[in-house]
Amino acid sequence: MGEHHGPEKGIKRWLLATNHKDIGTMYLWFSFAMFLIGGAFAMIIRAELFQPGMQLVEPDFFNQMTTLHGLVMVFGAIMPSFVGLANWMIPMMIGAPDMALPRMNNLSFWLLPFAFAVLLSSLFMEGGAPNFGWTFYAPLSTTYGPPSTTFFIFGVHIMGASSIMGSINIIATVMNLRAPGMTYMKMPLFVWTWVITAFLLIAVMPVLAGAVTMMLMDIHFGTSFFSAAGGGDPVLFQHIFWFFGHPEVYIIILPAFGVVSEIIPTFARKPLFGYASMVYATASIAFLSFIVWAHHMYTTGMPLAGELYFMYATMLIAVPTGVKVFNWVATMYDGALTFETPMLFCLGFLFLFTMGGFTGLMLSIAPADFQYHDTYFVVAHFHYVMVAGAIFSMTAAVYYWLPKWCGRMYNETLGKAQFWISFIGFNLTFFPQHFVGLAGMPRRIPDYALQFADFNMMSSIGAFIYGGSQLFFLYNVIATIRSGEKVSDDKVWEGANGLEWTVPTPAPFHTFSTPPEVK
Amino acid sequence: MATPVTKTKVQRKLVGKLTLLVLCMFGFGFALVPLYDLLCEITGINGKTNTVAYTDIKQPVDTSREINVQFIAINNDKMSWAFRPTARTIKVNPGAPTETFFYAKNPMDYQMTGQAVPSVSPARAAAYFHKVECFCFDQQILESGEDVEMGLQFVIDNDLPDDVRTITLTYTLFDVTEDRVASAYSLN
Repeated sequence: MGEHHGPEKGIKRWLLATNHKDIGTMYLWFSFAMFLIGGAFAMIIRAELFQPGMQLVEPDFFNQMTTLHGLVMVFGAIMPSFVGLANWMIPMMIGAPDMALPRMNNLSFWLLPFAFAVLLSSLFMEGGAPNFGWTFYAPLSTTYGPPSTTFFIFGVHIMGASSIMGSINIIATVMNLRAPGMTYMKMPLFVWTWVITAFLLIAVMPVLAGAVTMMLMDIHFGTSFFSAAGGGDPVLFQHIFWFFGHPEVYIIILPAFGVVSEIIPTFARKPLFGYASMVYATASIAFLSFIVWAHHMYTTGMPLAGELYFMYATMLIAVPTGVKVFNWVATMYDGALTFETPMLFCLGFLFLFTMGGFTGLMLSIAPADFQYHDTYFVVAHFHYVMVAGAIFSMTAAVYYWLPKWCGRMYNETLGKAQFWISFIGFNLTFFPQHFVGLAGMPRRIPDYALQFADFNMMSSIGAFIYGGSQLFFLYNVIATIRSGEKVSDDKVWEGANGLEWTVPTPAPFHTFSTPPEVK
Repeated sequence: MATPVTKTKVQRKLVGKLTLLVLCMFGFGFALVPLYDLLCEITGINGKTNTVAYTDIKQPVDTSREINVQFIAINNDKMSWAFRPTARTIKVNPGAPTETFFYAKNPMDYQMTGQAVPSVSPARAAAYFHKVECFCFDQQILESGEDVEMGLQFVIDNDLPDDVRTITLTYTLFDVTEDRVASAYSLN
């Protein structure tokens, strides 16, 4: 032991990978591939909605597209991309030689391609892919689901197992492998947000597994968990689903908060404002996420007391989230700001995520929600937090750490161009959706009333621009890896802080084989 | 780099605990099923009414107000019976025992069994809607082509909140014919 050996040669390097950097790289490429596939589904949706009337696809296929777009983006693109980032960065940030459980790490990655092969293969099955929306409400998904629903359930089981193993690994790494002197309150915020996310995943992915298992039993084994005819209750499905589903949205956004909390101090050349309050705010958001789930269900006929409780509890989440936003702004205040691509994406995140937060507050008002429920207003809201929240910060993270990963600098002009194209495309897509939603256009429909035509055409044009900007991103990353300008400075960024910037650039295959001393 | 033995032990313990947490949460998902039923039962938020006959009808009749009682009959899923209330709306005074009838007919060429499940809205009125006699307490067996008028006796509690002026009682009729149920639930 102790000698430095390089990676295996050829395909074995990837199939048998136990190195956190290799696994992180695979996660990142896999999630980008899923991002493009989910994006292609979105392009089909927007192409059909370009004009009122049915032009391109059958309504049933349209429903399959909305379903798979949601599932692929949430479980295939966003979640694995942040797991990939965690794999790459957490050991380097806490001064650990690798993840705590490298072999399990390999398994948790390699389950994913199979899970998504199972899910996407349903497109080619008789009866088509799942068409009941990514929330797969019973009885749409049980009594009325296509035969491929069983494959969908199997796919969800596998990807759930993958997430759970990934989370156990992250918690074990952070709890046991921190460098001497790296106390919990000295950990970078990205590590903190990921530990909390990992606990959320461990708590709710099994509940999701339970929900799909109950569906499986209802479909094949004659139980009636969600069937009123057998004494069950379809509303119970929604409770179980959203008990998973609401923490899930924080699983998606907390690591994004972590990324932004790393990048903004670098380009403001100031330490993060209110570090401790950031940690506590993250923990409070995670706690609150467990007790607000029924705000997705205001229209199910809940008693008044329930509506009021869930309304106030939901509004409470705005407090710790507000603390975070104010801290980011305070970090920038009076800083020596520069606007490189990662910083631009973080600023875009800050603006747009806050807007998404505000529409979220509007949706949390129970009486108002009866108007907004299941309209495009909801679609606009969650794309502001998912795309401008998670995807923008992920893009920022790639631009920020890519020079450290591959030792080459991306082209700043192309990076900035991508930011502005994404920013304009994104807003053109989703801003008008607020208006059509408030005017009453329901979500998940392939055709719509004529008065929504102009805004939908704008939305579609914006979507094509935003979709195209991702191909631009792909080109940008590949061009950087192949022929980017070499970076000689270990720190890469003038204002960067943290252990990951103390290792050579590009980061060697093994880092911190001897733990660093943290003062 | 060699990992010290103690480190591995600590690691195993932590992974064991986390795995246990995963299993507990999987169990919790299933525990939500009875918990949900229990919560609905305690709070009455499902609009569920009493399932055994109410016997305590010595309340004085409150003639100062009239409650609109509406009746709705629905067939669940593929239930094929004709099923409807004989009166869609009746006005009653709280405390006054009232009787009404529901009509059902089996149009199929075989014997069938039906089970009606009631639900009251607004849900908070459910606790004040007492059924003295109800066809929903039993299963209904109808021969091919047979029809029946099924009785419902109820009394509205005097303590019904003042702002409730209309109560809607919905019956959903389920097909619980033995062999059909058995065949629908078989694994083939």
